[in-house]
Amino acid sequence: MTPDQIVFLIVALFTLGSGFMVVTSGNLVHAALWLISTLFGVAVTFALLNANFLAVVQVVVYIGAIAILFIFAVMLTRKDIRDQGPQVNKNWWFGALLSVSTFAGLYFLLQGWEGMSKTASAFPSGFDAVAELGNELISPTGYVLPFEVASVLLVAALVGAVYVAFNPRSGK
Amino acid sequence: MSAWIIIGLFFLVGVIVPVGAIVTAWILSPKKPNPVKDTTYECGVETVGDSWVQFKAQYYIFALVFLIFDVETVFLFPWAVKLGSLGLFAVVEGIIFILILIAGLVYTWRKGMLEWA
Amino acid sequence: MGFWNDPLKAAADWLMDIFTGWGMPELATQILVAFLGVLLLIVILMVLDIVLVWVERKVVSRFQSRIGPNRVGPFGLIQPFADIIKLLIKEDITPSGADKVVYNLAPILSMMSVLILWAVVPLAPQILGADTDLNIGALYIVAAGAISTLSIIMAGWSSNNKYSLIGAFREVAVMLSFEIPMLAVLLIPTIFAKSMGIVKIVDAQDTWFVFLAPLAALIFFIAAIAELGRAPFDMGEAESELVAGYNIEYSGMKFGMFYAGELLHAFTFGGFWAILFFGGYRFFGLEQVNPILAVAILLFKAFIGYWLIMWVRYTVLRIRIDHMLSFNWKFLTPMAFVLLMVTALLNALLAETPPWVYVSSMFLSNIALAWGALELARSYSRREREKVEGPKPAVETTHH
Repeated sequence: MTPDQIVFLIVALFTLGSGFMVVTSGNLVHAALWLISTLFGVAVTFALLNANFLAVVQVVVYIGAIAILFIFAVMLTRKDIRDQGPQVNKNWWFGALLSVSTFAGLYFLLQGWEGMSKTASAFPSGFDAVAELGNELISPTGYVLPFEVASVLLVAALVGAVYVAFNPRSGK
Repeated sequence: MSAWIIIGLFFLVGVIVPVGAIVTAWILSPKKPNPVKDTTYECGVETVGDSWVQFKAQYYIFALVFLIFDVETVFLFPWAVKLGSLGLFAVVEGIIFILILIAGLVYTWRKGMLEWA
Repeated sequence: MGFWNDPLKAAADWLMDIFTGWGMPELATQILVAFLGVLLLIVILMVLDIVLVWVERKVVSRFQSRIGPNRVGPFGLIQPFADIIKLLIKEDITPSGADKVVYNLAPILSMMSVLILWAVVPLAPQILGADTDLNIGALYIVAAGAISTLSIIMAGWSSNNKYSLIGAFREVAVMLSFEIPMLAVLLIPTIFAKSMGIVKIVDAQDTWFVFLAPLAALIFFIAAIAELGRAPFDMGEAESELVAGYNIEYSGMKFGMFYAGELLHAFTFGGFWAILFFGGYRFFGLEQVNPILAVAILLFKAFIGYWLIMWVRYTVLRIRIDHMLSFNWKFLTPMAFVLLMVTALLNALLAETPPWVYVSSMFLSNIALAWGALELARSYSRREREKVEGPKPAVETTHH
């Protein structure tokens, strides 16, 4: 195995293990913290793929904003942080079966894909992925419309959040 | 060598150094706990009730608004990198993008969601 | 002469030769040497941190007309070492209701979030930090801030104390809110340098960006103080109401980590202010003479930024949290976005003009925008005041 593969395996195990802890941890704040470590593992995976921008955005948006939002939500709504009930219900075997078969299906499908067997060619020197991304986002032949629609989508999310939080009884 | 190796080393050493300091302190310091010493510190007064206190939902609203703007600004970074070479067209696109989001901010403001009430 | 032109490179090469001489593989050697370099830098930073304890205490006492530490050693210079010995041998109390693992992890993360920032600091044209020029340096600063936010909420929650939890919530709300103007303002050097890489941003500063965007530099400064949680934005540890905020239950070296982390964080942001807006290690070509001189220039500029942060801290009173958030969301954020739009537009329109036109119109647009924003804020606050107090009586010129 190459050093890259060893590092990837460690990171993947870390990510999956953290993900497992998210669903099995009885303490909601602990679950949120394990979720953060899962998201961090994903960020490291992006870094391993040389996707610098995505790696940093993963940390800024998912850890810096979404995870903090989760923690706020947990702390604001639950009086009891501990979950008293059992962590599995009687359908656990079905969930396990479903996830194993999904994995098997993906494995089977991707085996036939040529991308699995060949290594990606290195970036040409002077290649700036962020600049390329910017180019695609704003050039008229690229993804300019989705780029603008993204801002409409974000505003829609904001309006939705404000509407949900709007409390008609107190008049604000 | 990838820059990420250096950053990984910074994470590694950044953990080792504080752990080293705390472990050194743990070895050197006395350990004589007693129940009174280990109680929650509230200015020497006995703790009243649970450590759980009700928070304003406003914290959550601000976090939500923050999340939207965080994602938006992140979108703008590739735009800013490429801005110089694509001329006025790109600038106008970015400005439309920002204006739509400022409209969102104005909406939140008008609905009174930015008030700490 | 070769050694003094780039001592670290020379040392690294020397070490490389030794390690490869022992038959180590190429990659492992490189990583080992890089590890030693990072370790060296971080040890130097920790020593600097110890000096900062003394600087902070001395400066605050001068601001408050006191002498400050003056007993231990000349000018009290040995004082921080006495502090450290005290922190090391102080009993470490863990409150009985604390969540042990999270409680112990928080100070480590707090210190780490500061130390990793130095991975993207370009210390000199050739040395260490410059190797790590990523094309995402500007966002990396914010990403490290996310980890710092996380450490605060972990500390506040795990201590099982009302005050620490309230402090953490406030601190996090402030840090999150002020991240938006900071992100918006980080876009402005990115536009000028056409890259997010910190080294490219420094290289692009033939004219310091503070002349192109003085308002952006000011917004970054304000947002940085809020990110640091220092006065006037120190809601998180408002000592008169929350005892000490999120780190109330910490003692000994764990408290020391929060304290040292805060000082180093302030110094680091002084450094980033210098890097993004004041040319980093550049100073009229002096940085080309010797890398050591370049590092000295950067540290000097960082100290000036740090001193300004201290000046604000010890002069301005704490602001109430609702005022702080209103100030951010209703004033600073819109202003930062308008500034971003104006800068982007002018940057495209004036691309062909001679440099002096470009620089002066950028500068003037910033000043005009700041003036306009202040006028708007003033008329708004006058209206708000009149709502409460009633309209101001007309100027009394009628009766003599």
